[in-house]
Parts: sequence; C-alpha cells; structure tokens
Amino acid sequence: MTSLSRSLSVLRRSLFSARLCAALISAFVLHLPAVAADVQVAVAANFAGPIAPLAEAFAAATGHVVKTSSGATGKFHTQIAAGAPFDVLLSADDETPKKLIAEGHAVAGGNFTYAIGKLVLWSAQPGVVDDQGLVLTSGKFNHLAIANPKTAPYGAAAMEVLKARGLVDSLTPKLVTGESLAQAFQFISTGNAELGFVALSQVAVPGKPATGSYWLVPSSLYGEIRQDAVLLKPGAGNPAAAALLAYLKTEPARKLIRSYGYGP
Amino acid sequence: MTDDHWSAVRLTAQLAATTTVLLLLVGTPLAWGLARTRSRFKPVWASLVAMPLVLPPTVIGFYLLLLMGPQGAVGQLTQSLGLGRLPFTFSGLVVASVLCSLPFVVQPLQQAFEAIPERTLEAAATLRAGPWDRFFSIALPLARPGLLTATVLGFAHTVGEFGVVLMIGGNIPDKTRVLSVALYDHVEAGEFAAAHQLAAGMVAFALVVLVSLYVANRPARADAA
Repeated sequence: MTSLSRSLSVLRRSLFSARLCAALISAFVLHLPAVAADVQVAVAANFAGPIAPLAEAFAAATGHVVKTSSGATGKFHTQIAAGAPFDVLLSADDETPKKLIAEGHAVAGGNFTYAIGKLVLWSAQPGVVDDQGLVLTSGKFNHLAIANPKTAPYGAAAMEVLKARGLVDSLTPKLVTGESLAQAFQFISTGNAELGFVALSQVAVPGKPATGSYWLVPSSLYGEIRQDAVLLKPGAGNPAAAALLAYLKTEPARKLIRSYGYGP
Repeated sequence: MTDDHWSAVRLTAQLAATTTVLLLLVGTPLAWGLARTRSRFKPVWASLVAMPLVLPPTVIGFYLLLLMGPQGAVGQLTQSLGLGRLPFTFSGLVVASVLCSLPFVVQPLQQAFEAIPERTLEAAATLRAGPWDRFFSIALPLARPGLLTATVLGFAHTVGEFGVVLMIGGNIPDKTRVLSVALYDHVEAGEFAAAHQLAAGMVAFALVVLVSLYVANRPARADAA
C-alpha cells in the first residue's frame, strides 16, 4: 500500500517536472525572437470584461503577456502605495492616477484617458425604466441601488443625476448602497432593488444582449467619468508596460473599448 | 464620536444581542442532538453546520440575496406571509447573521455536551430523572463553560461579521449600517482618522470580551479545589 502510493507520487512528480521542462522550453523557444515580457496590470473592476480580449489581441500583436488583477480602484491605491508589484493601473477614475503621481508611486506625464464611463438607470425587469428616466419620480419602487458615492465614480455620478433632477431628498430613504459598482449591479440583477444606477458596460456587452430595461443617462446630467491609465514605478523599465499603454491608444483597441459601452 | 458612529454602535449591539439569543435557542438543541446522536449521518449534519466557515462571506451574502429576493424561495415565502422582503432590512441582517455565526455557537456547545460522560446521565436516569430533567439539571450546568464560549463567540463574531451584512444590508444609515460596515466605508473613502477611531474601539471591545471569557473559563486551580 505504502510502496504503491510512494511509487505513484514519484511518478506524479516526474510527470510534473517533465511537464514543467516542456513548458519552460516552449516558453523560451517561442519567445526568443522578441524581447517578450510580462506586464502586471491592476484593472478597475468595471473594465474586467474588455481587458480580456484586449490582452489577447495585445499578446497576439506583440508577444507580451498581460497578467491582470481586477478590483476596486481605492483598494489598488492603498496596495500600490504599500509597494504592490503592478506595472500599470487602469483606474476607474482620473483622480487616483493623479494622486499616485503626486505621491511618487507613478510616472509623471504618462496618464491618459483610456475610456469614458457611461451611466445607465437599469432594471432587470423589462418595461420598468422608460427612456426619459421618468420612473424616478413615479415612486413605483422601494429600492434604488447605487455604488458608494464616496468611493465609486459611478456612485458619485448617480448622486449628481438625482441632484440635477431635484430628487435627492425624496429618494434618499430608498437608496441602497453597494460597496462597489459590482455589488450595486447584483442588488438589481437579483431583483432586490427594482432599479439602480450602474455602468452601461455592465448592462450591454458584446455577445450578451441587454436584459430588462434601461435609460442611458444624458452626459449633461453628470460630470464625465474619465477612466485614466497610468504607468506605475515598478513598470517604468518594463518595455511590455509601455507597449500596453501605447496599444490602448490604437484604433483597434479603441474600437473594442467602445463596443463594451464606453465613450467617447 | 459622531452621531453616525453612535447609531452604528447601537445598531450593532441590537443585531449582536438578537442574533446571540436566537442562536442559543436554536443552537443548544441542535448541539445536544449532534452530541447524542448515534446516526450514521452525524458527520453529514456536523459538516452542514460548519459550512458557513467555508464560503467567503460575500458569496454567502450573494446567495442569500438570491434566496431572499423576489424570485427566491425564501423571498416568495416571506412575501406570501405578508412579511415583505428581507434584504435591506434589520430582520434580514438577523437572519443572515444567525446563519453565519451558527458554527461559532454550535461547535463549543457540542463539544461541551460530548464531554459529559454517558454514565452520569445514566445514573440520573436510574434516579428517575426524565429526559428533560436530565438535560436541564445535569447536562446544561455541566456544559456551562461551553455555553459561555458559545455566547461570547456568537456575539463577537456577529459584531465582526462584515461581508454578509454589507451584501444583505445595503449600507443604509440607522437601518443596516453596522459598525463593521461603517468602518469599511471610512477605510475605503480614505477617512483614516474616523476609521482609526472605530477600529480602536472594536479592538478594545474584543480584547475586553475575550480576556473576560478566558478568565471566566480558566480551570479551577488544584489548591482551590
């Protein structure tokens, strides 16, 4: 019994090291011609969808490998300040990249807007939200979900819309606040909140038809949600990081980003 | 401390107290049953009780949101009973907290009950003590340290629980914004002064509670016996 399991584990180990060797060899052989490198990207949760096809296209074009971690921009800020090994930050706002530059954690002059977020008022039920957003004044709902206005740019934009419509006082008792845009989306998609403000990119993405009903909020009602990219200090000497930032400005990349519900 | 903080403290105390009382009412018979059962399925029941320890709290919260939502089984039940829906209410927080803190109450109790020798209970039975009498006059007093641990852990874990209450509660001031959520909010918003204040308060609270628990549960010294 023990000798069997021992020989099995030896077999398993040798198989594993054989596979490891093969992987290493192929990695070297395939990538020898180009100076390929890895680029570690921290990406705002709302951009986790489009970053996957972008990374694929980028890898096909340059041979560089993109490794992404998606999460809340505020958390990334804290982690980067504490020395997290990210090369690039694709932020959910334009404030965090500026702060990181001011604090000396990012490279000055390298920040630019890679996407402009679009706010929608969305319900998982068809026919609830009209194309003027008049449902907000109808009072025919118990809960209106938003992302935390203090931390999420889309939450702050939602509050601006309520202010512009003069609805802050009447709707505050109905507000439920998600810690992030993703949580606000879950409140609505599970039907616990009848409607709420989320990103267009969450509601309508390529290959996934929009469910329910939504109102694309006119951008005149809220301040532009500029999502900026920035080169972080650990990525300063990494050619793959510079290449990725350059790639995001190319027309194919911009087209892909637009197809995910971002502007301009 | 601002009014918001006091409101969060009050809400947290209410939630933890309600949850602990309910957990003792539900958890004690459950632990007794688990300790005494000779069923082949005992490991299965015990594992089910431990399940809330396995899943990340926000994931539990997500499934509770589905279950208690308008399309969920629990949501349809509460609606048909005229109770409305549970998410984003204090009652919803209580239900979620009871579920998440269940293992912290059942496990110490179960261990305490299992430590009672079968012979003690049999001796009581020969003296014509009925099952209820055996439970209340023998088992419960002997399980006192386990009962104390269960109460304190249930209360403390509910105070510290965060992922589930954030998900089910919706962070509504005076209704569902408990201390842990208020603290998380401050940290996320970079309001570190307010965050430090709340965090220091919670750490002090936990220290006092746990030290008192360990003092109370210290085994009696040999020379005192």
